[in-house]
Parts: sequence; structure tokens; C-alpha cells
Amino acid sequence: MTTNTARKTDPIIYSDTRYKIMGIIGRIILNVVLTLISVACLLPFIVVLAASVSSEKALVTVGYSVVPMDFSLSAYRYLLVDSAQVFQSYLISLVVTGIGSPVGLLVMALVAYAMSRKQFKYRKAVAFYIFFTMLFSGGLVPSYILVTQILKLKDTITVLIVPYLAVGGWILILRTYFRDLPEELLDAARIDGCGEWRTFFTIVIPLSTPGLATIGLFAMLAYWNDWFTPLLYIEKPLYYPIQYLLYTVVNNMQFLDVLSQQAGLRVDPPRIPARMAMVALSVGPILLAYPFVQRYFVRGIRLGSLKE
Amino acid sequence: MSVREPLIHPTKPGPVGFQSAQEQRQLRWKRWSRNNGASIMMSLPAILLIFVFAYLPMFGIIIAFKEYRFDKGIFGSDWIGLTNFKFLFGSDVAWRITRNTLMMNMLFIVTGTITNILVALLMNEVQGKLRAKFYQTFMFLPHFLSWVVVGYFAFAFLSVDNGMLNKVLALFGVDSIAWYREPDYWPVILIVVTLWKGIGYGSIFYLAIMLSISPELYEAAKMDGAGKLQQIWYITFPHLVPVIIILTLFAVSGIFRADFGLFFNVTRDQATLYPTTDVIDTFVYRALRQMNDLGMSAAAGVYQSIVGFFLVLSANWLVRRFDPDKALF
Repeated sequence: MTTNTARKTDPIIYSDTRYKIMGIIGRIILNVVLTLISVACLLPFIVVLAASVSSEKALVTVGYSVVPMDFSLSAYRYLLVDSAQVFQSYLISLVVTGIGSPVGLLVMALVAYAMSRKQFKYRKAVAFYIFFTMLFSGGLVPSYILVTQILKLKDTITVLIVPYLAVGGWILILRTYFRDLPEELLDAARIDGCGEWRTFFTIVIPLSTPGLATIGLFAMLAYWNDWFTPLLYIEKPLYYPIQYLLYTVVNNMQFLDVLSQQAGLRVDPPRIPARMAMVALSVGPILLAYPFVQRYFVRGIRLGSLKE
Repeated sequence: MSVREPLIHPTKPGPVGFQSAQEQRQLRWKRWSRNNGASIMMSLPAILLIFVFAYLPMFGIIIAFKEYRFDKGIFGSDWIGLTNFKFLFGSDVAWRITRNTLMMNMLFIVTGTITNILVALLMNEVQGKLRAKFYQTFMFLPHFLSWVVVGYFAFAFLSVDNGMLNKVLALFGVDSIAWYREPDYWPVILIVVTLWKGIGYGSIFYLAIMLSISPELYEAAKMDGAGKLQQIWYITFPHLVPVIIILTLFAVSGIFRADFGLFFNVTRDQATLYPTTDVIDTFVYRALRQMNDLGMSAAAGVYQSIVGFFLVLSANWLVRRFDPDKALF
């Protein structure tokens, strides 16, 4: 990462040829190893992408490979044109992510800001109230009964949005962030008669974009990748988010067939390529956004590792 | 601003004695609401959400001590004491899920710590910012995938008929292995998958520490003729020890909680693999949704919550003894 220029120019070290040769060999090994690890991290993406544009027949006879065999886009055509379900699920995922992330971010930023204020008498009580949920949980069964029997949220969009609206760990990270804001500035605003709400929206939020971006992205990723909530609470295909559709198709080879019959279209879809194409479609938005957002994640993780 | 002005300006100047009791009360109320009113309102949405979705289920723990029936509800169902727990611990499954959860998590902690430190050491030696960024970008990528997608990836490698792993084995003349029917291989498979997914994420903590070590220390060591390995052993490693201890302690505090997504999706929930891959979390889910044995599921959940809670408390106690600043509470 940060290279040490002093090391390169130091005459005592670099006059020694033994060091020089060992250094070069060492660097070669280093880069080879890291390249191998990087390739290993990328390999499954390539395999899946190659399979999604291969023909069913080639996959059955030859197997998975890093290059497309018998190139064909029929899997994508099947998913995007013939099947209404993929489109529907994409829409659900977009709606859930699009509503959940901003609303959740607002809810979490508000409480985090309140907790960061030294004048707030109950900040420690609120912090403990939130923190305790990270230590102890009621478990799956009570939550399940609460959601299905008492709140009656089964098969609703709401149940997909609610779980990440207030996540303890993220609130604590945001609080850390707000604490580091220059206090003089906030005090000055208060003295000038700026209320807490206005301070929050006009000063705190604009000053905290990196922190908010980090948690916002955490939330977006959590919503987009969520398959566990629908596994528990969604039964109607109408409300399947994309990740859960993907899960269903793993376990139910016939699910795609049922869809195509419903649509009154083809009887034999390219099954394996279609599944792999669905993986590619579900990962697509993440991959597209990834280069732009990666640094926020790295920062967020570091922030989260700090105390309090 | 060197002297901070008082945040609350009394509406009436002058000594308190000149105000009536009612005015004093009003003043105090005004001050209280000025300091706390907005903050309480700001906290409310989160407090309510957390109350409903985290605290209400905590009271639901009583379900484990009842014979829950959907028609009777939580309060109407009959108390049956510890019967659910007796059934749970009377079966082989309790031992199996406890053993698998503890063993797999311990393996993940050990292999993960070693790999993450090794990768961080390598990354720390990379010359050139662009190249380091390049490696980090690729290594961090798997962290962003859902376990469903990782399950698909694993299947592309492990599928019996056309998976890549069996193809590679065939090149060496090894017969195909039905991976999804052989529980013995799975601890290794799950470790590899976990390392793969966590490598970029896990090494960041260590890399951050390494980057903060003063380069002068290395210069001095070089002057004294220390080789690269000696520098790592005598300079880098001692700096890492506190972080290793703390991260490990916190990891150990979560040792009773398995990553449901990993054990559920990557194994494709194959019953033949349960001897090595069934963990508390997968059992709780299965008992609830597939076996429809609510009592058993609730009992296993309570067992996990309570043991988990004490593990966190003791880990935190240890961290506090070691470095009070790093303790969670």
C-alpha cells in the first residue's frame, strides 16, 4: 500500500547485491501468490458467466469451464423475455432496496445523532438499549410467531423492508462518525438559534456524507442480497425478491418450467445456463456499482473496528 | 471560540431566588426539553422498531417452555416446563449440532486468522499503490455476494457429473467423487469457501495495523542486518498480537452462532451431509419449517441464545482484563 521511498534510496541496503537479488525474487513470489489469490476470487464469476452463455448440451456433456462452449444467449432471452417472474423479482428487489435503504439510513442516522449529543441526558440508556440487542436475541421461533401470527406480515413487502431499518451495529458505527464532527460548529449553530432538527438536516448530514454513504451501502447490499427473510415469510411468487428466486430455482429444477408453462411458451428452457444467467443477473448490479463503492466499505469496516 | 458559551440561556436573568416556584419549574422543563426533546423524538423510530423486532421476541422465549399451539397463541398455550429441552437433549441431534457448531467455528477462526494475517503481510509488501488496489479489489469481491450465489459457485465446482473439480481430478486419473453425498470432505470444503469469501474483508484489520507501524523501526532493523522474515517476526508480529487476541476473543464469543447461509446454501441442505454440516442454526430452521416441531426449535434457539450470551460476557471480561479500552462494555 504506502510504499516506503526511504527503503529504495537507502545506499547502505541497496549497495548489497545479496539483498537486491533476494528482494527481486521475493517480489516476484509475492506478486505471483497475490495474483493467484486474486484469480481464485474471480474464477467462480468467470465459470458462471461462461456457463450462462453456453448451450445446455455442451454443459451436460463437457461440464463447467472457464470459456463459453457453443455460445448462445438463449438463457438470457428465456429469462428476460419469456419469463415474467425474473422481471417481477427484479422489481421487488429494486423496490425493497430503494425504499428500505434511504428510510433505514434516516432512522439510524437520527438515533445515532441523538446518541452522539453530549447534552442528551439519556444517550447512554439508548446506547445500551440498542447494544443489548447485539448480545442477546429471542431466537427464530419467537420472531417467526410475532411476524406471522401477531403482526400478520406474511407475504408482504413490509416484512422484506423492516429487518434492516434499525440495525444495532450500523447505528453504533454512525454514532462514532457523528461524534467526530467538529463540536464548535454544532454549538455555534445552536447558539444562533438553529434547532436540533435543522442542525441535523443542514449541518450534520452534509458533513457526514462519507459515513452515511458507508452505512447506506451496507444497507443496500443487505437488502439486495437478502434471501433469508423471504425464505421465512414469503410464499407467493409475486413477492419473491431476486435472491430468493435464485434460491428457489436451485432447489426446484421445475420452477422455471412451471413459469414457462404459465407463460404458455417454450416447454424446455435451457435449465443449467438459465440458472447461471440468473446468478449473473442477480450479481450484475453489485458488480457494476462495486468499483465506485469499494472504498466506502473499506472505510466502514475500519470505522466499525474502532471502539465505540 | 476558546470559552464555550452556555447552551441554555435562562429566559430571565438574575438569581434564582427572585423567581417563583412555578417559574423555576417552567425553566427547568424548558431546559430539559431543549436538551432532550428533539433527541428523544429522533430516537423514537429506531427505539420502536427495535422494541418490536428485537425486544418482543425476547419475551417470546417463554414459548420454549410451552406446548405452543397456533390456535391457542402464546399466552393460551399450556406450560410444559422443560419437556422441550428434555426432548432436545435426549436426542442425538443436540450433541451433533453443538459439536459441529463449535468445531466448525473453531476451525474457521484458526484458519481465518492465519490466512488473513498471511495475506495482510503479503499485501503490506506490495510496491505500488495501483497494484495493491488491484489485488484488494479482487479479494474483496466475494464478500459482496449472497450465500445463495456462493452456493451456485460451489455447485459449479462440486457437481458430480459436470463440476470442475471432478474434471480436474479426472485429469489425474482420480474417479469422480459425489461431493454432496460424502460428509467427510465437508469441513474442508466449508473452510475453503469461508476463507475465499472472507479473505479481503478479514485481512483489512491486520493490514491497517501494519500500515500504522513506523517505517523507522524497519530501517533500524535493516541496519542491524535483520532479514525480511526477522523483521516480520520481531517488528510486525508483536504489533499484531493485541489485535489478534482481541479479534479472536470476539470471534470466540460468537462461536455458538453458525453462519446459517453458509451451512444451508453451500451444502444445498443435503441430509446426507448433516453428520458434519448440521449446526444449531440449521437445526432451528429445520425444526421450525420442515419438521414443524416448534417446541424443539424454540428450545434449541433458547439454548443457543443463553450459551451465546454467556460466551459474549466472558469474552468481554477477558478483553477488559487484557485491554480495558477495547472492551465492548
